[in-house]
Amino acid sequence: MKESKLHTEHTKQTEHSVIRIEGLVKHFGDNHVLNGFNMDLYAGENLVIMGKSGSGKSVMIKCVMGLMQPDEGKIRIMGLDVLSMEQQELDQLRKEIGFLFQGSALYDSMTVRENLEFPLRKQNLEQSEKDELVMDALESVGLEHAVELMPSELSGGMKRRIALARAIILHPKIIIYDEPTTGLDPITAKEIIQLMRNIQKKHGSAALIITHDVDCSRVIADRMILLIDGVNYAEGSFSDLIASKDEKIRAFFK
Amino acid sequence: MEKRIRIPENVRSFLIEIGDLSYFAGRFFQELFTRPFELKELMRQCYNMGNRSLLLVGVTGFILGLVFTLQSRPTLMEFGAESWMPSMVSISIVREIGPVITALICAGRISSGIGAELGSMRVTEQIDAMEVSGTNPFKYLVVTRILAATLMIPLLIIFGDAIALLGSALVEYLKGDVSFQLYFNSAFDALEYSDINPAIIKSFFFGFAIGLVGSYKGYTCTRGTVGVGEASNSAVVFTSMLLFVIDFIAVFVTDIFTEI
Repeated sequence: MKESKLHTEHTKQTEHSVIRIEGLVKHFGDNHVLNGFNMDLYAGENLVIMGKSGSGKSVMIKCVMGLMQPDEGKIRIMGLDVLSMEQQELDQLRKEIGFLFQGSALYDSMTVRENLEFPLRKQNLEQSEKDELVMDALESVGLEHAVELMPSELSGGMKRRIALARAIILHPKIIIYDEPTTGLDPITAKEIIQLMRNIQKKHGSAALIITHDVDCSRVIADRMILLIDGVNYAEGSFSDLIASKDEKIRAFFK
Repeated sequence: MEKRIRIPENVRSFLIEIGDLSYFAGRFFQELFTRPFELKELMRQCYNMGNRSLLLVGVTGFILGLVFTLQSRPTLMEFGAESWMPSMVSISIVREIGPVITALICAGRISSGIGAELGSMRVTEQIDAMEVSGTNPFKYLVVTRILAATLMIPLLIIFGDAIALLGSALVEYLKGDVSFQLYFNSAFDALEYSDINPAIIKSFFFGFAIGLVGSYKGYTCTRGTVGVGEASNSAVVFTSMLLFVIDFIAVFVTDIFTEI
C-alpha cells in the first residue's frame, strides 16, 4: 500500500517535472566531475544546487543546455530528450529556457537594446513588438533608461540586471541562474535576489539556481540539493539542511 | 617486436593543429551554403574589415611605392634604364609585393583582431550565450568573418597596389621629371592579364586564410585572458606563415601554367 502510494506520488511528480536528470556522468580525463547526478525540477519551484567551486555545477547546467555532451545519463526537458535532439529542435526548446550567465555574458559590441533584441532575431516580430518586449524586460529589472548604453558603460550590477532582462525577454518557462550573485556587493546581490523573486512571481517560471551563496539560498530556495563528489549528497529545504549534523553539509553553512 | 616511431611532441601538436584547422575549414564550407544567411552581420564585417583598413593599407602602399622606387632608381640609372622604372615597379607591385605586403598587414590587423574578439567572446561566455539564445554562433560569428575577409582582402590589395603605384609615380615625377600620364601609360602597358589574374586569384586565398586562422584561433580559445592574448598572437604568426605557403603554391602553379 505504502509502496503504491509512493509510486503514485513519484509518477505525479515526474509529470510535473520540467527538467529531469538521471545518472549524469561527465569526466575530463582523470577528473571525474559528475558521477551519476540525479535531479528533478518541478514547474514553478525554485531549486538551488549548492556545491564547492569545481564541483561540477556549471558543467551540469552546460549539459542541460546542450552546450556540453555528458559521458552518460539522461536529460529530459519538458519531457523531451535533450541528448538525442537535432540542432533545430534544441534551438526551439532553448526558447523556453532563460539563462543567466555567471559573468553576465553581454555582447560587448552591441548596445543594451541590441543585446535584448538578439534572442528575438528569429521570432518573426515587427520592430514595434520587439521594442515593446525590450522595454517590458527592462522595466522588470528597473533599467529602462539604459536602453541605448553599451555594456562597457554599465556597472557590474547593471550588467547582471540587463543579462537577467535578456534571459526573460521570451517569457521562458524555466530560468537557469549560474551563480547570480557572484562578484556583486551584498546590496546589489540582494537587489538581484529580489528581482529573481519578482520575476518568478510575474511569470510563474521554474528556476534552477546554481550558487554557493548561503544568503541567496536562504531567501530563494524552495528546495536544495548539495552537490558533493559529483552526486547529490543531500536534498531538502534550507531549514532541513542547515539543521543537519553531517559535517560535510554543515561546512556549507559555516 | 614491432618498433614504434616516436613523433616529437611539437611536431605532433602541429599536425593536430593542422587537422583541427582543416576540420574547421570543412565546417565553414558546410555552414556557408545552409540557411539562415547572416547578411546583416556579413555587411557589418565587410565594413569593419574593408573600410577601417583603408587608411593603413593606403599609407603602407604609398610608402612601399615611394621606397621601392627611390631604392631602385640608382641601380637602373647605372645602366641607363630609368625608363623601365614604371613597368618594373608595376609588375613587381601587382604580381608579388603588393598582395603579399597588404595581406601581411591585414594579417596583423584583421586576423589578430578576429582572434582577440572571438577569443574574448569565448572566455566571457558570449558565444555560449549566443548558442542558448537559439543562434548558431559558428554561422553568425565565423562564417561571416571568413567570408568578409575573403571578399575584402582582394579589394584592399587592389587599393594598396594603386596607391603604391601613385607613390612610385610621385617619386618619378619629382626626381625624374616623368609626368603622371607618361608614368601610368608605361606602367599599364607593361601589365598583362597573366600578371593580374594570378595575383587576384591568390588574393582571395590570402583573404580566406586571414579569416580562417583568426576565427579558428579565437573560436577555439581556452585558458581565460592569457588564452585571448595567445589566440591573437598565434593568429598573426600562423596566418603570416600560411600566406607565404599560399604564395609559394600560387607562384608554382602560375609558373606551370605559364610554361604550358
